[in-house]
Amino acid sequence: MIELQNVTKRFAGFVVVDSLSIRFETGQTHVLIGPSGCGKSTLLRMIVGLVTPEAGAVLFDGEPVTPDSLVAIRRRIGYVIQEGGLFPHLTARENAGLMPRFLGWPEKQTAQRIDELTQLTQLTPAMLDRYPRQLSGGQRQRVSLMRALMLNPDALLLDEPMGNLDPMIRADLQADLRTIFRTLGKTVIFVTHDLAEAGYLADHITLMRHGRIVQQGTLHDLLERPANDFAAKFTRAQRGPQPIESE
Amino acid sequence: MLRTAVIIVVLLLLAFVPSERPAKGVRIASKKDTGSVILGELATQTIRAAGAPAVHLQQLGGTRIVFDALHRGEIDAYPEFTGTLRQEIFAAAGLSSDDDVRKHLAELGTVMSRPLGFSNNYALAMRRDQAEKLHIQTISDLARHPNLRLRLSDEFLNRADGWPALRQRYHLPHEHVQGMDHDLAYRYLESRTIDVMDVYTTDAQLAQLDVRLLDDDLHFFPQYDAVFLWRADLASRYPKAESALRSLESQITQNDARELNALVQSGKATEAQAAAEFLRTRLHLDVNVEEPSTAAQIARRTREHLDLVRRSLIPAIFVAIPLGVLAAKRPRLGRLILGAAGVVQTIPALALLVLLIAPVAYFGLNTIGGGSVTAIVALFLYSLLPIVQNTVTGLATIPPELHESALALGLSPRFRLWHIELPLASPAILAGVKTAAVLNVGFATLGALVGANGYGQPILTGIRLNNTALILQGAIPAACLAILLQLAFELLERHALPAGLGPKSPSLEGRG
Repeated sequence: MIELQNVTKRFAGFVVVDSLSIRFETGQTHVLIGPSGCGKSTLLRMIVGLVTPEAGAVLFDGEPVTPDSLVAIRRRIGYVIQEGGLFPHLTARENAGLMPRFLGWPEKQTAQRIDELTQLTQLTPAMLDRYPRQLSGGQRQRVSLMRALMLNPDALLLDEPMGNLDPMIRADLQADLRTIFRTLGKTVIFVTHDLAEAGYLADHITLMRHGRIVQQGTLHDLLERPANDFAAKFTRAQRGPQPIESE
Repeated sequence: MLRTAVIIVVLLLLAFVPSERPAKGVRIASKKDTGSVILGELATQTIRAAGAPAVHLQQLGGTRIVFDALHRGEIDAYPEFTGTLRQEIFAAAGLSSDDDVRKHLAELGTVMSRPLGFSNNYALAMRRDQAEKLHIQTISDLARHPNLRLRLSDEFLNRADGWPALRQRYHLPHEHVQGMDHDLAYRYLESRTIDVMDVYTTDAQLAQLDVRLLDDDLHFFPQYDAVFLWRADLASRYPKAESALRSLESQITQNDARELNALVQSGKATEAQAAAEFLRTRLHLDVNVEEPSTAAQIARRTREHLDLVRRSLIPAIFVAIPLGVLAAKRPRLGRLILGAAGVVQTIPALALLVLLIAPVAYFGLNTIGGGSVTAIVALFLYSLLPIVQNTVTGLATIPPELHESALALGLSPRFRLWHIELPLASPAILAGVKTAAVLNVGFATLGALVGANGYGQPILTGIRLNNTALILQGAIPAACLAILLQLAFELLERHALPAGLGPKSPSLEGRG
């Protein structure tokens, strides 16, 4: 269980996260959604310690995330970002096997784990010997997911992992991700600005704006009972071609 | 990891295994003017003829470099002029007689020979026919002829102890005295465009022109008598060498000096050949000099040059990359490091060499000659900036999302540096090393100023003798070496960089 208590973060005087509290229950898939700059990515980055809140606390399994506990906690979290964050000088296999190498796993154990994850992520072993730039965007995200899952983490954090993919690839990956999330039963926090994607993947959706929570619930709740004008506008905009107000 | 370790060990061996053995025998040095080099050759060949081994470190950068090397015992003897000792080495002591100079030198453990017979003084010269017609014998006589056209070298014209003082001493009435290039002045004197000019009494041109040197009747010009200086311990180490040097006392007339200079400057003989000819005909010594073939000379210089490059560049790589990492991780310290490396670049080569001599000597390392540590340290310092700077840039331009990915995985700082950051920065770092290597090959020609030889030696000689062919003998191989190194680094970039970063790795096969 991951919990943020009254966290606040400003960048250059601009409030990005505004005294926000939220809990992410174990084994569930949570989606954070909202327009650009609403603070959804910043929340993820707080959990992995890439951003430190100015006020408030981040708890992982009831334990506060501090500089001392950070390294141990990071190894219990898989983190995937938009462009995958794969290291270009390492092959897909080396990228996936980076943490085992660092931790000194026996080669056999690493190979076995990579085999399991190759199947799970629908990759082929031949692809694993390519460098990231020799892979397609969708393949890169699958490798990135493998790397995130390598140590069998308790939580999986994905920051707009499909932001740059074209629609067909995106649909395939969404379907596979849904299966993976259901199969593994991990705590998943998924950031997107696509409502359909959120509805397809999530158990719980949190709509954010200006660093605050606007509404929490299922897709049905958001569509049928929008908490305010903004929530109504946001959901309407994603159903049809009407533009929403710029944020 | 093993591969990296092997590469590091090989490079370090390459950097620190010396190839030049220290010179054996009597070490004669000479400064970088033609007269000094000829005298150095005369001394070297005379000592060899007397049966003692001797080597000649030619055309070193300046009086201070040579005199200090003698004092420290890095060389055993060198030709000097008494005026230089008075005006430069013992300027503060205000010595007037040669005996005073000899006494001061003795306190430093140095012996000064009797004058060799000629001097290299300033003097004023006129065409002989004109001087005779006007009955001019001395500088004082000039005062009676205020209409003579005087042209002086710029240096002499502007020095406080030059023309202004000369004019005052002799009450010379001449107006509109102008500066002029020395070689040009000779031509104008010959063509009767000017009447009086300043000369050095050893100028090669004096051997060819019919001129009269005006008597310095009021003793204005300091006396620059040629002498040898040597260490007091030479007599006990090589008794034959000392008597050989003594045998040259009073043997070289003013005219001999001019003719030797003329022979070398006209390109008819090398310093060694001119000196050998003089020793054979005048002192009846059995000396022979063999000039190695041009190819053999270039081969030797290439070896010497590569020696300077490898022994300075490789240590620079090992120091500059960690400095660059430090500078990237601690920006405030980084500004200091980059600032210091930048300042080094602005120090002129000769100044840097002179500055480095004292610390290098302090550690008991050889400051001059083949494998001169002074030259190596200077080249090392010049090589730092491009490598440090590119390391900093390479690390600073790693995309932030890759930094964050490495952090979020939970890797240690050390592992991140070795396995993520340095490989990602490696193309920039290698480019920095390439730049440093190419610059180093060029800078290494300056090693010749401290006798480290290499391609700089023919360049220095060529400049001194105004001999383009000789300059090219150094400049062309240096340029070729720089190009070869550049090509070698390009191969390395293609094959040694991480494959995913290299320019050659095949890109996406179909998007999507």
